[in-house]
Amino acid sequence: MSEHERYAEDLALYALDALRGEDRALVDEHLATCAACRRELEQLRGDTALLALATTGPRPPQRARQRLLDAVAREARAVKVVETSPRRSWWGWLGWAATAAVVIFALSLWRENSELKASLASASSQAAKSAREVEEMRRIAAPILEPEAQRVTLVAAKAPPQPQGKVFYLRNRSSLVLLANNLPALPAEKAYELWLIPTNGAPIPAGVFKPDAHGSASVVNPPLPAGAEAKAFAITVENEAGSATPTLPLVMVGAGE
Amino acid sequence: MSRPQPQGISDLALVTGLKSGDQGAMAELYDRYSSVVYAVALRVLGDSGAAEDVLQEVFLQLWHKPTAFDAARGRLGSWLAVITRNRAIDSLRKRRPETDIEDVVLSVAPDLAAEADRARAAEKVRGVMGSMVPAQRSALEMAYWQGLSHSEIADKTGEPLGTVKTRIRAGLIVLRKAFQT
Repeated sequence: MSEHERYAEDLALYALDALRGEDRALVDEHLATCAACRRELEQLRGDTALLALATTGPRPPQRARQRLLDAVAREARAVKVVETSPRRSWWGWLGWAATAAVVIFALSLWRENSELKASLASASSQAAKSAREVEEMRRIAAPILEPEAQRVTLVAAKAPPQPQGKVFYLRNRSSLVLLANNLPALPAEKAYELWLIPTNGAPIPAGVFKPDAHGSASVVNPPLPAGAEAKAFAITVENEAGSATPTLPLVMVGAGE
Repeated sequence: MSRPQPQGISDLALVTGLKSGDQGAMAELYDRYSSVVYAVALRVLGDSGAAEDVLQEVFLQLWHKPTAFDAARGRLGSWLAVITRNRAIDSLRKRRPETDIEDVVLSVAPDLAAEADRARAAEKVRGVMGSMVPAQRSALEMAYWQGLSHSEIADKTGEPLGTVKTRIRAGLIVLRKAFQT
């Protein structure tokens, strides 16, 4: 049985949002590295959409429209103003690094929280406390992980935008966050792949990703071997399913600071 | 988007309008899709008040997070139908949503925005469901409209867990094939 077949039935349950707990986490882990199964999940969601779209019934009451539009009017957004500075500021990076450290901490809390919930039903009060902490961390992390957050990269005045990537890696937790921007668009069927270049041994795949329309991308906690010591990180262009070994050239590379 | 819109403004342009806080775009999207969203919520919840709450919640989520909709993969109507069904099931089962709306990506399926298209599709879906063996149809319906897990369905029907899983997936594939031809 191929790996895809092994996940095929669970993917259908996943598409129905019916998979919970450990079963869901296992599929999530597989989806993070398998483009074919991600496509199949999208297809299965499309199939479930047919069931939903084919439903007919009475129209919503007229008051529902006004209720929504009133709520929208109340929440009319304030335009966010971001002051940009022509000077590149070192403390900007520091703030970013601190936020990423919070993200990594939040993710590790989330992981611990999930494990706690699964294995210790009696410790529900502790789990609830962790959940509150996670919620708080998520709120803090939102500005860098939410796709709609405004991202401004400060560079030397008059310099054209350059591709940039920043990796935050916490070896003892195997936690990694990559934030990248100004990445060139890729041909169809191609994706970027991040590599952890260890002190000894072959490069380790650390996540396949595609930039959004603005060239921004992030990778959060890809599956990594425990405790791998990183000498450097690099990014290559690969087929969208990802590769086990990097295809040269390295389009971006960086060593520790 | 390639599909011509009756009002001349594409769904994508309206969603782009939401990003800059265009309340008129919200009203237009509501007029296009509120009947689908409400019908799905009502079918799951069977209660007009609860369905109206889900309707409100789904459109407010779109207002708050228009970037969650990825126009490249999936049509707005299908996407809204899927997140509505998921949200209604969460409400029915009194559980917290576990899937972020931005993680709901679906393949490009028929849009069925127009009511006439939906009525035809509804008939086709009924035909396909009717052609399934009863055990398969009921497994799929229990999973989809009641949000029962495969183990709950297995408990109810006395069928092995593996059989229930297979029935659900096979049922979805049968539907897919009917709409591919």
